[in-house]
Amino acid sequence: MNNFGYTRASDVADAVRQIAADPGAKFIAGGTNLIDLMKENVARPSRLIDITHLPLNNIEETQDGGLRIGALVPNSDLAYDPRIEARYPLLSSAILAGASQQLRNMASTGGNLLQRTRCFYFYDTTTPCNKREPGSGCSAIEGINRMHAILGTSEHCIATHPSDMCVALAALKARVLATGRDGQRSIAFPEFHRLPGDAPEIDSNLRADEIITAIELPPKGFAANYTYLKIRDRLSYAFALVSVAVGLDIEGGTIKEARLALGGVAHKPWRDRQAEAQLNGAPATRENFLRAAETVLRDARGFGHNDFKIELARRGILRALTQAARGTPQSQADTRIK
Amino acid sequence: MARPSSTARKRLEKHPVPAKTTITLHVNGVERKLAIAPWTTLLDALRLYLDLPGTKKGCDHGQCGACTVLLDGRRVYSCLTLAVMKDGARVTTIEGLAQGSMLHPLQQAFIEHDAFQCGYCTPGQICSAAGLIAEGKARTADEIRELMSGNICRCGAYPNIVAAIQEVLSGRPMEKSGEAKR
Repeated sequence: MNNFGYTRASDVADAVRQIAADPGAKFIAGGTNLIDLMKENVARPSRLIDITHLPLNNIEETQDGGLRIGALVPNSDLAYDPRIEARYPLLSSAILAGASQQLRNMASTGGNLLQRTRCFYFYDTTTPCNKREPGSGCSAIEGINRMHAILGTSEHCIATHPSDMCVALAALKARVLATGRDGQRSIAFPEFHRLPGDAPEIDSNLRADEIITAIELPPKGFAANYTYLKIRDRLSYAFALVSVAVGLDIEGGTIKEARLALGGVAHKPWRDRQAEAQLNGAPATRENFLRAAETVLRDARGFGHNDFKIELARRGILRALTQAARGTPQSQADTRIK
Repeated sequence: MARPSSTARKRLEKHPVPAKTTITLHVNGVERKLAIAPWTTLLDALRLYLDLPGTKKGCDHGQCGACTVLLDGRRVYSCLTLAVMKDGARVTTIEGLAQGSMLHPLQQAFIEHDAFQCGYCTPGQICSAAGLIAEGKARTADEIRELMSGNICRCGAYPNIVAAIQEVLSGRPMEKSGEAKR
């Protein structure tokens, strides 16, 4: 780790003031990813601004019947909140699919959105990586790329976004509230994270002077028909090879509204509105589920070691849609896929 | 001794070494004050400055769980926690679980179930299990396995670790490994 300074933010305005005044500084909350990146010399902040004392740790009702989750609510508190369990079990399940209980106790809601890829070349400072060092090249495209992306990649980066929670937030059409020097704004989830394009060093559209203050969930939680299916190399405490979040609103065997988002396949949670549109109004059948899977994967491309992810994703989508339609969601303590 | 190079001097001018901060931690019920740099992890603070080496450094990257302690009653990885951020917090380590000469029920159960071989992961396993019991989310063996997945045992003592935890959790004796065969 490099030497760095340490200050505390007294309120949100102070946090914004401090970060705007010091381009080398970073906010710290749970620190579960940032401290690790600092130990690896991938992140070298001049100063850490401790935001853990800000009053952003409540979950409140919104006027439209949704919930507003403070950015500092720990992942475990969020997953086990009775309102989340009852109204947004998809979110609960996705959070519990990620990391370990110790990390979920530490990690914050806002920090989960801003965690960085676990691409091993990004972590290995002896190898080229456009995300770590723009212009140096991508080691993964021609290298070991079993964990890497199959959708939305660019010639500069094939890293994946590692979050499970964000895949559920994408499916639930969450919004991100951020405050910066220009005041507060609300960002729709698909516009929050970026695809790598020719600037893979930038993960999100959050501005340098902005702080995430909350996540807002709309009222619709798909509590009856949902699943979070995560497929990985070991049963627990591993990043997704492919994960699928599904929420269905079904009436008499017909899908009124479908939500479908994938993790482990792209630089951001991958939600496909064309596939959702195909499912909306269609009977909940295997044929229609397969058709949706083909649509999601129409532009999928493997890089050698990760070619298997295309077929794995196809089967994962089919299985997850089936689980959701039947009302038999995957539990993270299940030792087999339902 | 050689003088710092001009590059090193310039770097020091640009990024002066920050002053140490004095914090208070309530460790195993005892108030401890210490002056630390911002980059000192809670793990290093415990082991190097507070003379509590029971908490182990395994991977130092939040992947193995050997450094697990209870922070304000919740299990966390002390290797990914900056001590400076936890001024005023209550910390419980493996040294703080026993009541005098009376072992904590988890410590006793780990011995009775032979829930370790080398023992390096054990302080973290036991602190993690204490956190798991306090959370009250695990009932079945599968749920214990899932919620203990943040603690790796390189010797592979998992079946006995699960049995030991299950015994304390349920208050009923669990079958000991090997017993069925005898």
